[in-house]
Amino acid sequence: MAKARTKSEASAGTADLTMVEAVGQALARALEEDETVILLGEDIGVDGGVFRATDGLITRFGADRVRDTPLSEAMIGGLPVGLAAMGFRPVAEIQFMGFIYPVIDQIVNHAARLRTRTRGRMTCPMVLRAPYGGGIHAPEHHSESMEAMFAHIPGLRVVIPSSPARAYGLLLAAIRDPDPVIFLEPKRIYRAAREAVVDNGGALPLDRCFTVLKGADVTLVTWGAMLKETLEAAEILAGDSVEAEIVDVATLKPLDMDTILASVSKTGRCVIVHEAPLTGGFGAEIAARLAGEGLMHLVAPVERVAGWDTVMPLLRLEGRYMPSAERIVAAARRVLEYA
Amino acid sequence: MSIVASFEIAHTRVLGPDGKVEGELPPFARDRDALVALYRWMVLTRAFDAKAVALQRTGRLGTYASGIGQEAVCVGAAHAMTPDDVLLPSFREHGAQLVRGVTMQELLLYWGGDERGSDFAGPRQDFPVCIPVGTHAPHAAGAALAFKLRDEPSVAVCIFGDGATSRGDVYEAMNVAGAWTLPVVFIANNNQWAISVPRPAQTAAETLAQKAVAAGFEGLQVDGNDVIAVRQATTEALDKARSGNGPTLIEALTYRLGDHTTVDDASRYRDDEEVGRHWKEEPIARLRSYLTAAHGWQKAEEEALIAACAAEVEDAAESYLAASPEPPEAMFDYLYEELPADAARQRAAMLAQE
Repeated sequence: MAKARTKSEASAGTADLTMVEAVGQALARALEEDETVILLGEDIGVDGGVFRATDGLITRFGADRVRDTPLSEAMIGGLPVGLAAMGFRPVAEIQFMGFIYPVIDQIVNHAARLRTRTRGRMTCPMVLRAPYGGGIHAPEHHSESMEAMFAHIPGLRVVIPSSPARAYGLLLAAIRDPDPVIFLEPKRIYRAAREAVVDNGGALPLDRCFTVLKGADVTLVTWGAMLKETLEAAEILAGDSVEAEIVDVATLKPLDMDTILASVSKTGRCVIVHEAPLTGGFGAEIAARLAGEGLMHLVAPVERVAGWDTVMPLLRLEGRYMPSAERIVAAARRVLEYA
Repeated sequence: MSIVASFEIAHTRVLGPDGKVEGELPPFARDRDALVALYRWMVLTRAFDAKAVALQRTGRLGTYASGIGQEAVCVGAAHAMTPDDVLLPSFREHGAQLVRGVTMQELLLYWGGDERGSDFAGPRQDFPVCIPVGTHAPHAAGAALAFKLRDEPSVAVCIFGDGATSRGDVYEAMNVAGAWTLPVVFIANNNQWAISVPRPAQTAAETLAQKAVAAGFEGLQVDGNDVIAVRQATTEALDKARSGNGPTLIEALTYRLGDHTTVDDASRYRDDEEVGRHWKEEPIARLRSYLTAAHGWQKAEEEALIAACAAEVEDAAESYLAASPEPPEAMFDYLYEELPADAARQRAAMLAQE
């Protein structure tokens, strides 16, 4: 049996990192502090990952723990179940979310239910990482946002960071979590900005939303890369003296509805923003919960600004698909019209 | 033109259908007690199977997948394993699970619709049954990787049916097991039928064993109704895996004498004549013939063994039927290590409506 995780000396270095660097930093920290952590995926070793998230890790931690796999997604989803059940903490990478579909069988039928179906005898502390979302002019099948599929599955956690520091802290939390976590990385903001990240092994809490902007007039709920457009929208609204409050959901499942309800109880208005298609998107769940649990606070209908219900277009039309700050502002203005 | 690769698939049989020795008797099989132990496990497995079907027919068990006729594959494979090895069964390997130490009460609980049946008190590291066909093969590769990384001498043993060999998961698992020289033994329990689809319609490959060739390791065939051959082939594959020489695929040729499950009616798609033919090759009578001829197995011993197995099965069924149901909140209590607030509210709501 491998040794349990021992807290390594918290050698706190602070650096301005991009999100993809912060992901790498968290992976390095996890590998360092816990010898049961194993990374697996296509091209994550010598190549350092197609986005370089695992750059240099094979040199530091060796090919046993940073494992280049055959091109074999169902295996990349299923092998970690066996590893995790035998006491490891595998972190598997699917190169792009568009290739994650063969893995869903393993996640739904095994990873998410192993603890339940064995009444706790076996557990599955694995993390499945995947870059997702549009906006980088990638080829076909490289730009979808299908987080709602995973949020529907009992027994899972679905976590999406929106900044470098959030990526570092949430990924560490996901790896340390005793249950399976789907960790979706919005690749459009992999290198969009730098942020000070303290590499002290500090995790951020899972299962809760983060209020990233305080405001009293309208609640904007979002996650992942769409935080960028939502912040821009808030700035435009501020020009009209409208104070928007922004909630970054961060963990979609299990959903921290309390934070969203607390915000809406103050503002009475809510716009939900996501890149994924509208119908059956995770915004529908939040809207339904607001209708059920927050109706008395609402003074306006809940609006959703989402991707269209279309097949994700190729790069020439991609910009017309992605929700814009202008669409968010327009939706906010509509809900603000109600007295 | 030059030949760059070629392959051969060996077929092994020790006992023929009439119980006569056709091959080389491995050393363990010269010991009467060892053979009686295998025989007893097979008889017990069949008695359990009959009881499970009877319980289902009388409304006291859920849908059940009978393993009748396949006792030698299950018992032979599991009997070759050490306690530190890990079994990853499909859903028809009741005999293998029993040999590993899963109790009949646990098996009945599971098939009776109670998750506690997979919380094995005995083999804590063995995987629960796998219903989605072949999807457990990658888990076997993962468990084997865990053993290899920890430098442990354990081996993962994964059993699946003939239908599973058509699935990508099984190939992907075998492929990585070959690429990484993992300590795993894959056993294709070829019972000739995947529900209604017969083996020749499943694949044009002459043998299922040769599917290992594409993954870069040895595949071989054994007579799966010959428990001696199955046990010996599994022992050799386990030894090979344990000594760092990677995986093996064993195709065990047997026959599904029963329906696919208790909700299936095999007479819709196969002839009684075919089934009757295969009854002449089944594993229990085969070993009994050999025991009688070679080791003077007595009628009194046979009767005592059958009575003891029947009593064991009856006891297990009684304790299964007497088990108190799990409280309903159990459906929430093992979702996560700690139930998230969101789910905790649903748990409370469910209890409030009770």
